[in-house]
Amino acid sequence: MKHIISLLMENEAGALSRVAGLFSARGYNIESLTVAPTEDATLSRMTIVTSGSDDVIEQIIKQLNKLVDVVKVLDLNDGRHIERELMLVKVKATGALRDEMKRISDIFRGRIIDVADGSYTIELTGSGSKLDAFLEALDKTVILETVRTGASGIGRGDRILKV
Amino acid sequence: MDQSNQQKVGQISGAEIIMRCLHEEKVKFVFGYPGGAVLHIYDALFKQKDFKHILVRHEQAAVHAADAFSRATGEVGVALVTSGPGATNAVTGIATAYMDSIPMVVISGQVPTAAIGMDAFQEVDMVGVTRPCVKHNFLIKDVRDIAMTMKKAFYIAASGRPGPVVVDIPKDITAEFAEYNYPKSVEMRSYTPVIKGHSGQIKKAVKILLDAKRPMIYSGGGLVLGDASNELVKLARTLGYPVTNTLMGLGGYPATDKQNLGMLGMHGTYEANNAMQECDVLLAVGARFDDRVIGNPEHFLSVPRTIIHIDVDPSSISKRVKVDVPIVGHVQSVLSEMNELLASESKKPDASALKSWWARIDDWRTKKSLSYDDSSTSIIKPQYVIEKLWEVTKGDAYVTSDVGQHQMWAAQYYKFDKPRRWINSGGLGTMGVGLPYAMGCQLADPKAQVACVTGEGSIQMNIQELSTCKQFHLPIKVILLNNRYLGMVRQWQEFFYENRYSESYMDSLPDFVKLAESYGHVGMDIEKPADVEGALKEAFAMKDRFVFMNFLTDQKENVFPMIPNGKGLSEMILGSDPNKDDAANEIEG
Repeated sequence: MKHIISLLMENEAGALSRVAGLFSARGYNIESLTVAPTEDATLSRMTIVTSGSDDVIEQIIKQLNKLVDVVKVLDLNDGRHIERELMLVKVKATGALRDEMKRISDIFRGRIIDVADGSYTIELTGSGSKLDAFLEALDKTVILETVRTGASGIGRGDRILKV
Repeated sequence: MDQSNQQKVGQISGAEIIMRCLHEEKVKFVFGYPGGAVLHIYDALFKQKDFKHILVRHEQAAVHAADAFSRATGEVGVALVTSGPGATNAVTGIATAYMDSIPMVVISGQVPTAAIGMDAFQEVDMVGVTRPCVKHNFLIKDVRDIAMTMKKAFYIAASGRPGPVVVDIPKDITAEFAEYNYPKSVEMRSYTPVIKGHSGQIKKAVKILLDAKRPMIYSGGGLVLGDASNELVKLARTLGYPVTNTLMGLGGYPATDKQNLGMLGMHGTYEANNAMQECDVLLAVGARFDDRVIGNPEHFLSVPRTIIHIDVDPSSISKRVKVDVPIVGHVQSVLSEMNELLASESKKPDASALKSWWARIDDWRTKKSLSYDDSSTSIIKPQYVIEKLWEVTKGDAYVTSDVGQHQMWAAQYYKFDKPRRWINSGGLGTMGVGLPYAMGCQLADPKAQVACVTGEGSIQMNIQELSTCKQFHLPIKVILLNNRYLGMVRQWQEFFYENRYSESYMDSLPDFVKLAESYGHVGMDIEKPADVEGALKEAFAMKDRFVFMNFLTDQKENVFPMIPNGKGLSEMILGSDPNKDDAANEIEG
């Protein structure tokens, strides 16, 4: 099953490589991994999307907690949470496609952020599955390029991950 | 940085700061080897008298010796190596210590800060290389960070589940100047090891233990590292329950005690493995249910039982085997609390159930699974050498081993009554540790008898340390069980590869006696069973000499009992089984 794991870690050189190294050394899956500093410059917040049986996820959480640089770990799937991911898609926009691309983008609440002679660049945010659905709605031949940030996650309501 | 290049009043160099830190940590020995990137450090080392530097002949041996010093004493072992090849040579030693959770600080030199990443001479990314095999590592980038980093390194190495910590220090940092303040204590928000176990869980565990009909206590290296032998002995004697130790846990519970069933696992005793499989309540203490211990986890779990697991590392719990009562905490603290609860408890163990359980165990014991054919008067049996070693040293020696058949025989036939006396590479299984391990033990306890049980394959992996032993007058006794084969490899090839002995024969061996003598040591060849005991007595009587004993042993002897890879605890092949070789052959490796 897919899990979104959030963690806070010391904003030290090499901290990211310890997490990435742990996943590869122990054969855990990483679907996506995002990391950036928080409002407290000494801390980085990381969101890891992974998958595995309950036992594997339990081991992942324990092994992450064991890393000396990791301050806190939270499995967002343990409660209600929100997941958001940003995607930029460059699509062909010539002739009839110009209108059609605009229309599909609107349906998915996307924004066209760059307009060129033969292409549009569409910005889209949402859950991973929404972004997947958008790509599926497009004819593969019109997609020139895609870039996704990977998911960021946060707990709903009072569920707060903070030091 | 330019400010740091000029020494101001009250400032000392980075290299001197490192010396002060080691002094503060009461380090007695630093095992190391100099080189370009650590020249400033070695210059500072030259001027100090707080600790002794042990110059090895290869960096791997420095780390192994520091590791053994820690295993023997419980203190943090310290090694010092230069950058690049010095650092990579240390990696096997670091990984060995990591797998067995040994507290160590390894200081490695690094090329100057400005040269990092430039593919400089003797540059290697030590923090990157060691990341998967350390508890933590640091690259120091500012001379003012040295003291705090060293403090953290020692704290992290020794606390929680112990492990090696690497501190990588660029050469320029060791030459710069800063004020020295060693922190009294250290607090890290990201690292807060648990000591006290959950009292509710401990109460629950005690209740389950008292309700057991077929109880079993299984203790591992964590018990030894946590110095909780006395607490376990008290608990086991109060309850009257059987105990087994893992390879790493030998000596944690006295081997000669009648409640001890011997070692369990792939080469464990018949009684220990069967009791482990058949018990209804299992108390696991500082052990991790690894593949060499329980064999196939599905086979192990095919019998229902309640498992209580005490471990300082939460990630060791429910990793291979799901447990019912996890207790995260320091083994000494948790066992003490259990003992207190038992003392105030009116309920006693079920005597009649226990009696019939012990009757079953005694029945398993009649198999005498460690018996071997000792009738030959011409060929030395390796097991016999270990039995005599135990007698001659009165069971009180530090015994180090390398890896292979000799390691298993030493573990099976030397009865360890004390913890921290059996020093071997259990997790990584590193050939070549034996001799440097013996060096670490002898330095830790100069008057003690130290025996290095080894094979002719393993000993040659760090044979250069004969020179270090000469320099520091280490009166180690090498017990070489020389069967002219990589015995364990040969055993598996015999059982699982139809006797195709691919590259497992040790040809062109040196004359070990002459080799030892060339270093100024004493060498002995022992070829007949009748000479074994006399030779051992003679060797151990030479209290101030290093003696290299080359025992020519039976080439065909195998280690039994044996659980073939992937099989379960009750699927052992015994040495007494007349069809043992066929039985092994039938089983796929």
